Amino acid sequence: MMARVAAALVSGLLFGLGLAVSQMVNPAKVLGFLDIAGPWDPSLALVLATAAGVALIGYRAVLSRPKPALAPAFSLPQETGIDAKLVIGAALFGIGWGLAGLDPGAAFASLVFGQLESLFFLGTMGLGLHFARQMN
Amino acid sequence: MENFTPLSALAGGALMGLGAVVLLGLTGRIAGISGIAAGLLPPGRGEALWRLAFLVGLVGGGAIYRTLGGPLQAIQFSMSTFMIVVGGLLVGFGAGLGGGCTAGHGVCGVARASKRSLSAVAVFILTAGLTVFLIRHALWGG
Repeated sequence: MMARVAAALVSGLLFGLGLAVSQMVNPAKVLGFLDIAGPWDPSLALVLATAAGVALIGYRAVLSRPKPALAPAFSLPQETGIDAKLVIGAALFGIGWGLAGLDPGAAFASLVFGQLESLFFLGTMGLGLHFARQMN
Repeated sequence: MENFTPLSALAGGALMGLGAVVLLGLTGRIAGISGIAAGLLPPGRGEALWRLAFLVGLVGGGAIYRTLGGPLQAIQFSMSTFMIVVGGLLVGFGAGLGGGCTAGHGVCGVARASKRSLSAVAVFILTAGLTVFLIRHALWGG
């Protein structure tokens, strides 16, 4: 139990450090990628591709084992179909991402930069997650 | 492309990928930030402690970076508070409805070659790009 909590902490630290190192905690940097008509900055695409590539290799190694090191079984998403909820949800997510320049991970990791905007964003994000859960 | 920072993008992306592998390999969980956070909202889905630890880690990762004197010491919000508040609401609602965010779909789902996640990533990059274009170039900008 405590080992699992420690593992989650280490994972979060790596993820948060990665978001800061790659500057994805900075909305100006994220918007530089999303604004293809401006002085385009492809950094975000390279961050996503690198993270997914490392995870792809690591996941293969991990999932070839019968179970995770500290838990009885893997908890993987079971949905496979592409439905209206997925498309509408992703579309709304993108609009919000474009408006604020923050995604959930970056919003948490950006807190230590001391801007109130991070807190406002996390507050309404929690509200949005709550509404979505009531609909599901 | 004068703003392109390939080295920090590679290093940061690798750290994020590693974080996702650590979580799956040790606890069997997907590193989806919106899903992990949603599990903490009342009524909780249980297992609050590891979820909280992960989110504390996210904040702590940013703190380590600042403490060690990383080159980025200030972040810029150029948009109005209204846009940030509405943006947060849409990000939360959209991630909840669509079953994932940039991390869950964009990193973990893509790594699992999930068709759902690849579709979600294509859709949210498209609508985010359109939103920024409308704001910066069609509505107010030149």
